[in-house]
This record gives sequence, structure tokens and C-alpha cells, in this order.
Amino acid sequence: MHAVIPYVTAALLFGLGVFGVLRRRNAVLVLMAVELMLNAVNLIFVTADATLRSYAGSVFTLFVIVLAAAEVGVGLAIVLQYYRTRKAVVVDDVRLDEPEGGGADSGGADSDVREQVAR
Amino acid sequence: MTVADVLLLALGAVAVGSGALVVTSAHLVRSGLYLVISLGAVAGLYLVLGAELVAWVQVLVYVGAVVVLLLFAVMLTRAPIGASRDLDRPVWAAALVGGGTGLGLAALLADAFRWTRYELPEPGTAERLGEQIFGGWVLPFEVLSILLLAALVGAIVLSRPDLRGPGPAVGPGPAVGPGPGPGSGASGPGPGPGSGASGPGADDAGFRAREDAS
Repeated sequence: MHAVIPYVTAALLFGLGVFGVLRRRNAVLVLMAVELMLNAVNLIFVTADATLRSYAGSVFTLFVIVLAAAEVGVGLAIVLQYYRTRKAVVVDDVRLDEPEGGGADSGGADSDVREQVAR
Repeated sequence: MTVADVLLLALGAVAVGSGALVVTSAHLVRSGLYLVISLGAVAGLYLVLGAELVAWVQVLVYVGAVVVLLLFAVMLTRAPIGASRDLDRPVWAAALVGGGTGLGLAALLADAFRWTRYELPEPGTAERLGEQIFGGWVLPFEVLSILLLAALVGAIVLSRPDLRGPGPAVGPGPAVGPGPGPGSGASGPGPGPGSGASGPGADDAGFRAREDAS
């Protein structure tokens, strides 16, 4: 086995993940790209295990998989909550500096969406 | 070139190719399905590299749970069935950074490992991995279980609108008053102006008030 093959694969996967995070505007697709990056790191861990004859990398890979599951759960909860209030999952339109009275104009839309979801 | 090399190359090509389709496809659902192929190919790479348990955990957790969760999110956000326009930003900046990262890392690793040959390790069994986890790694393991619980509770709190009204009302102690802060005070009983945005703040304030009370 030549270790360089999985290593280069992992590097390319990580690059694709970075590309996806920067390019995609849909929050769900951004999460998918993050999954690609996490997988690249896992692949490097497992390959290092195979070359170094240890098990620490496999253990850490399992931990990273669990972390990824937790991350995607909370991330999707946030995305769905945002979709519920704003009816969009476009990352570019997320306003981080929401003014106090800023929600006043969208209050009606908020309750409309709520009702729709409740139905 | 041994059989393992050929397998690694083929699975790596599948993983990278479908990964490229994940980040370039114009169909949201197809992106998710290409992600399945990519993750499955990575699981195959784990199998070739001798990490059998990790491969099956990858199939179970990633392909089985994470991708299904992502597809649920695609469905719940009412994604269109066909190709979506306006899904991407202009490509050049992302291509520059992503390509630079990927190719730079690839060049670095290729230069570090050259064409060195390693003997494949014998397949690792679940028994040895379990000894490792519950031997030297037991404390991180327990911390991780607490983190999973916290993520579970957080996801439930985030995604249930009926839990996010006036903060203190859900707590055991209603004595903390009519909600500290203007955010929860303004939100009132109904979905008032911007109650969705002020919810986390109200929850946080309620939590702090409860902490003070105890």
C-alpha cells in the first residue's frame, strides 16, 4: 500500500469541502460541504493509523463521527428555525446585526409561517 | 501497484468525483445523494486500510443518519424538485481558496510521503478498538456522551416553537418575574414582533435567572 494515495484523496476532499462552504448559498448545502471536510480529516486519521500501527487515530475518528452527528443535528435545528421565521435558507441574507425593532415588519409573516407549520 | 493500491485509487477517485458533484450540482436532492456515494467510498477506503469498525460506523452514522437528516432538511425547507437557480455565489473566489487549500495540502502530503510503501496492517477488530476506547480514552468518551446529550437537548429546544415563549414560564420557578430584558417582555404570549429572533436571548436570561434562584 502506498500511503500517499489516501492522503492525497483526503487533501482533495478537504479542498472540495472548502470550495463548497465558500461557494454555496444554501445553508443545507453548506452543511453537506462541512461533512466532506470532516470526512477528509477522518480519512487522514485512519491512514495515519495504518502507517503508524496505532489505534489512536481510529478512536479519534469515531469521536469525530459522533461530533459530526451532533453538529449536523444542531445545525439543522438552527437552519429549520431560521427557515420558519424567514422562509429562506440563503446564507447571504442572514443579518447578524438584527436591530431591536427590526422584526416589526416581518412579525405578520412570522405568525403566518407559524400557522402554516402548525397545520 | 498492488491490489490494495488499485482499490485505494478507484475508491478515492469515486470519493473525490462524487464530492465534486456534491459541491457543484444544481439539484439539492442530488447533492445529498452524491454525498451518500462519496461517504460510502470513504467507508470503502477505511475497509481497505484495515479499520473495519470505523467503516461500519461510517456507514451506520453517516450514510444512515446524517445524510437522512440532511435530506429531511432539504425536504422541510421546501426545496424545489428541479434544478435551483441562484444556489451559488460567483465561482472564482471559492475556486481560488478551495483549490489552493486542496492542491496545497495534496502537494504537501505527496512531498512528505513520496511513493513510500507500507505494509497493510492486519484488519483491526472491534475488540482491540474497544480496549483502546475504554482503556486510555475513557474520559473523552464520557465527555463526548455529555456533549451528545447537550446537542440533543439543544436541538429539541431550538426546533420546538412552543418552548420558546416567555423564558421563565417554562422553568420551575415562576417567581423570577415577567421575563428580564426587553426582548422577552415585548414578545408576550403570542408570536409578537421578532419573538423568533429574541427567543434565545430570553431563554438565556431565564436560564440565568433560574441559576441565580438556585
